[in-house]
Amino acid sequence: MLVTLWVIATATFFLMKMLPGTPFNNERLSDQQLAVMNEKYGLDKPVAIQYLRYMANLAQGDLGESYKYVGRSVTEVIGERIGPSALIGFQALVLGTLIGLVLGVVSALKHNSLLDYTAVTLAVLGMSVPSFVFAALLQYYVGLKWGLLPPALWKGYEYTILPTLALSVTVIATVARFIRTEMLDVINQDYVLTASAKGLSRSKVIIRHVLRNALIPVVTMLGPLAVNIMTGTLVIEKIFSVPGLGEQFSLSVLVNDYSVIMGITLFYSCLFIFMVFLVDLLYGLLDPRINLRGGKQKG
Amino acid sequence: MNMELERSKTNPSLPIANQTLPPLDEIPADWFVPEPVDPRLQEQISGPMTSVWKDAMQRLVKNRGAVVSLFMILLIVFLALVGPYMSGRTYDEQNLLHSNLPPKIPGLEWLGFNGVDVNGVDQYEKRGITENFWFGTDEFGRDLWTRVWKGTQISLLIALLAALLDLLIGVAYGGISAFYGGKVDDFMQRIIEVLMGIPNLVVIILFILILEPGISSIVMAMIVTGWVNMARVVRGQIFQIKAQEFVLASKALGASNFRLIVRHLLPNAVGPILVTMMFTIPSAIFFEAFLSFIGLGLQPPLASLGTLIQDGYVGMRFFAYKLVFPGIVISILMICFNLLADGLRDALDPRMKK
Repeated sequence: MLVTLWVIATATFFLMKMLPGTPFNNERLSDQQLAVMNEKYGLDKPVAIQYLRYMANLAQGDLGESYKYVGRSVTEVIGERIGPSALIGFQALVLGTLIGLVLGVVSALKHNSLLDYTAVTLAVLGMSVPSFVFAALLQYYVGLKWGLLPPALWKGYEYTILPTLALSVTVIATVARFIRTEMLDVINQDYVLTASAKGLSRSKVIIRHVLRNALIPVVTMLGPLAVNIMTGTLVIEKIFSVPGLGEQFSLSVLVNDYSVIMGITLFYSCLFIFMVFLVDLLYGLLDPRINLRGGKQKG
Repeated sequence: MNMELERSKTNPSLPIANQTLPPLDEIPADWFVPEPVDPRLQEQISGPMTSVWKDAMQRLVKNRGAVVSLFMILLIVFLALVGPYMSGRTYDEQNLLHSNLPPKIPGLEWLGFNGVDVNGVDQYEKRGITENFWFGTDEFGRDLWTRVWKGTQISLLIALLAALLDLLIGVAYGGISAFYGGKVDDFMQRIIEVLMGIPNLVVIILFILILEPGISSIVMAMIVTGWVNMARVVRGQIFQIKAQEFVLASKALGASNFRLIVRHLLPNAVGPILVTMMFTIPSAIFFEAFLSFIGLGLQPPLASLGTLIQDGYVGMRFFAYKLVFPGIVISILMICFNLLADGLRDALDPRMKK
């Protein structure tokens, strides 16, 4: 884990150094001022020294200072921006999983019915239509034409609804499809037949035996889904003008704010690695057949 | 023989059945009459031979969604190739007199292609324009029909290039890793693990920043992380096939490593490779559009589906048609590629049906 982080940090650092342009491309700055600026941020030193210094700071949890927002540390910028992103991301994950779960279960129980086909079609649509196209449509119809919800900005809870919806579409589709396959798989197992044969009620069989076993593999989807939401926030936040991390990232990219770009990249990577780790852990807890300590993991 | 059959039909645990039928070992041997079969014909193959591919084709053709998708993709590819030449206008031809015209197709007025804008004014009549712009025009008066299909062409080109290069690198890497195994494999897998830990979108964005947006840099950025998936698939496949007896037999007969890989290992792994590649294409289309949408895509006047959607989004409020057409094309493309890839996977490996 630490090795991965180190590689990512190093790679991002050198990629940043290769970027064309500097953070201070204001034409009004004189050469002298530029020199002062460069010195202040340590950009006049050789790259190797800059690298070592960055790494030393990083080890202490210091991500450096923003080039764009004078006097503010990257940690501050991230801390300020993380709230809205986390809120809509979390809401989308919960909402998407719940709706996806219901859709998936219903379509598995009513296998090959009209309901099933509708759910499957919806799932394929949700997985295929790019989230930003969907977001734009939502904004246009719900926000502008029908005026049901505020189309953009961030001034209260009702402003989170549209971005959440737009983000959750892919989650709904993925979860629904996955649950459906898993359920169909489990329903045909012998132990489900045994449970029915013992005289358990249908609802008990479904909840206690089918659903519980079908849910285990869904945990593995959490990692990819979280990444999906992270990717989604980049555009969705731009479309709905949400003051989140994703919007900050695209902004910093445009103005060459190296330290912030690096900080957010590292932050995303940490989150990603943490999710993968968490999924492994959860999986082991839920399915005792998988042994995390020693022995090979499945898949 | 008849008794035997009947016995198996009824439930053997029922006491009545047990009483009416004699126990198994009491059935006299002369009850059994062998079926008159020519022993030479027993080994003959009765049906026509089917290869794995024919088998897969048959299953694919039965999958309605996949077949329809295939035709839709072919149609879109055809339009992407021919479309830009159909209206007689080029994709970068500007004419400010024709700016922001709503779509108009004679005969299809009832579908909304009537040249009337959001305020209910027929822009064609008002400005006295006799030509028809099927998908309307953008703010510079460029023909959107031409631009949409030109954009589709470029998006498809990018996706195809990315998928092909992913294939090359992924197959080489995964193949080498699995074929040599041991320490080589360990080392190569560590590299992959590290790469997997990086969110690929971030890498793609950073690379685009360095390489300056353009077709080749977008492709480059996408394969930087894209090949990992393919390499993993190939590695898994090769590992499986490597352990099978025909490979050992070939090795025992003195086949070289090269021959083993090219003649035995790769051909047997083609199915999953093909499926992975089919899934790469829609995701590449998506990433290209995504990059364009956040302003890191192609530079004008070149168009891709992504840049068109971005342009359309900006003017969405008054010129919804600018967003609708590229949006529809990209959605159809993604749906069809996904369905086709699904169908292909099911056809090649019916057990994996998901």
